[in-house]
Amino acid sequence: MNAAAKPNDYAAYPDAAGRFGDYGGRYVPETLMPLVHELDAAYRAAKADLAFQAQLSGFLKDYVGRPSPLYFAERLTAHFGGAKIYLKREELNHTGSHKINNCMGQILLARRMGKTRIIAETGAGQHGVASATVCARFGLPCVVYMGAVDVERQKPNVFRMNLLGARVESVTSGSATLKDAMNEALRDWVTNVADTYYMIGTAAGMHPYPEMVRDFQSVIGQEVRSQILEAEGRLPDALVACIGGGSNAIGLFHPFLNDEGVKLIGVEAAGEGMDTDRHAAAINGGRPGVLHGNMTYLLQDSEGQITEAHSISAGLDYPGIGPEHSWLHDVGRATYLTATDRESLDAFTLCAELEGILPAIESAHAIARLGDVARDVGKGGIVVLNLSGRGDKDVATVAAHLGRTI
Amino acid sequence: MTKARIDARFSALKAENRAAFVAYVMAGDPDYDTGLEILKGLPAAGADLIEVGFPFSDPMAEGPPIQRAALRALDKGMTLSKTLAMIAAFRKGDQTTPIILMGYANPLVNRGFATFARDAAAAGADGLIVVDIPPEEADPLADALDAEQLSLLLLSTPTSDDARLKIIARRTSGFAYYVSVAGVTGVKEADAAVVAPHVVRVRTASGLPVCVGFGIKTPERAAAVARVADGVVVGSALVEEIATALAMNETVTTRVLSKVESLAKAVRFARVARP
Repeated sequence: MNAAAKPNDYAAYPDAAGRFGDYGGRYVPETLMPLVHELDAAYRAAKADLAFQAQLSGFLKDYVGRPSPLYFAERLTAHFGGAKIYLKREELNHTGSHKINNCMGQILLARRMGKTRIIAETGAGQHGVASATVCARFGLPCVVYMGAVDVERQKPNVFRMNLLGARVESVTSGSATLKDAMNEALRDWVTNVADTYYMIGTAAGMHPYPEMVRDFQSVIGQEVRSQILEAEGRLPDALVACIGGGSNAIGLFHPFLNDEGVKLIGVEAAGEGMDTDRHAAAINGGRPGVLHGNMTYLLQDSEGQITEAHSISAGLDYPGIGPEHSWLHDVGRATYLTATDRESLDAFTLCAELEGILPAIESAHAIARLGDVARDVGKGGIVVLNLSGRGDKDVATVAAHLGRTI
Repeated sequence: MTKARIDARFSALKAENRAAFVAYVMAGDPDYDTGLEILKGLPAAGADLIEVGFPFSDPMAEGPPIQRAALRALDKGMTLSKTLAMIAAFRKGDQTTPIILMGYANPLVNRGFATFARDAAAAGADGLIVVDIPPEEADPLADALDAEQLSLLLLSTPTSDDARLKIIARRTSGFAYYVSVAGVTGVKEADAAVVAPHVVRVRTASGLPVCVGFGIKTPERAAAVARVADGVVVGSALVEEIATALAMNETVTTRVLSKVESLAKAVRFARVARP
């Protein structure tokens, strides 16, 4: 990779070929390439169509429950003794996470394109549930690919998807986790090219998905911007979010990319520790490569075989990361830290006890670094953390790790 | 050599008025030694060209048979370097059968395109197919291969319109590969009557011989496609023979090569056998 040049306008990316510097692109089989072009054209038309945007805003308000609150976390602030801490309450959205923002945008696009069948991949099941939800709402059949390992550890979400009318396909190939679910969804798409829309759940994959998912998630950062200006009369000093594929983080970061006074901090899953090979930190522990349609940082061995990610959080358990994060890392605009399983469990408990909020174990990774960030910014400063999902789905996992039985 | 080896083979086949039988095997499946033994036996069994897969952990366009073949090879420690070593070993005894490498982008990105091209040419490979590099992303790889006189074969598919076929042809040499079905390898079956007009479209756009692959499993199907195309590629059906031989405790090489013989024979006599 060449040394990445700092751009004049961070928000001007990707280019027409889907590149954020060296990252992104469209590494897909030829069979899918015409479909990817069709999607790109349809998305560009929808993006420019005020009627589409108005329709999306309407559903986000009345169905999803937006805007989500920006909440001053008084007791976490006092606990850490640094900057004022605000939580962006994405966990209060319908279905309990930020994932629905993207699904609502994509289902409206799929309908506009005349597609009649929806496929999706899921790890923790949050994107699967959000996909099943919008498919139920708009009456389209939905197939969700989920690794067999994840089906086992996220049973309540599998049942939720079934209740919503989706078919969950348990994927046993490869390591039977999120990356294999994505392989299987791509195999479905390449086989059903005429009627099927692939609803990717994170800001990764082939262009235009990283851009499109980012745009649909940017409602998070846009709301934070106006909410913090109203509450504090100024922009925050730092934004913090957890990173798997990175859609909640890029949704929060993107409207602030050109405000260089605002620090952007992503937190990757360090699993059992960065000194082990059992983690899911693509930027901190990986190298650039090509997987699932894009060039990005990946966990891989010396021969370029993808290695398995490990995290207590099924939603962060992915060996790659969205290409825009890879680029923001290289150009130095965003900083990527890590949090271990243990630190995230402690953060989960802390947030529950101090604020009365059970965070998703994914979001708890961001909370695990919140103290460091708040103290670094210091008193008088402002930090906003994206509470991207609620933790009800994780109570069994947390209980098991705390050695308690429910 | 290299591009020249592919061109020479198709010229000879044209003179004989017959289609090529192209055998696909996964390098190192079920292990290095047996894989090399199979590779060495393919020309005598009737393979006119050979595609050698190099395994990847996440083969998104493969059906279950080739997915399993890749896992068998990876489990035995197969790598891209060892794949090239295997081709070099094959070349010591065969200077004429073209070898096309086939796989996914990341092992190549990891090695560096220029280094890969140099090593592949030195090993005696002739061309390369990369499933997840479409024309939009092909230029850096195509430039590296050009520098070593290696062919890049970009795939044409049922979703490629005439405009795309021209774009694909721009950076394709050796022969054109038509993927006969929208889908993964080894699942749907190719229909020769449906395929025939597409072969004409691809031949017109590329000016190259057209080989058809994905979804050809039986000698009958292979013969039918051999009547309308310049070559027939069989992969999944061959690697399934390896799986079966392993399961039934049979000699892997014998079983695979005997399948190759029956398919190659069907292709070889497809046109003369036609009334």
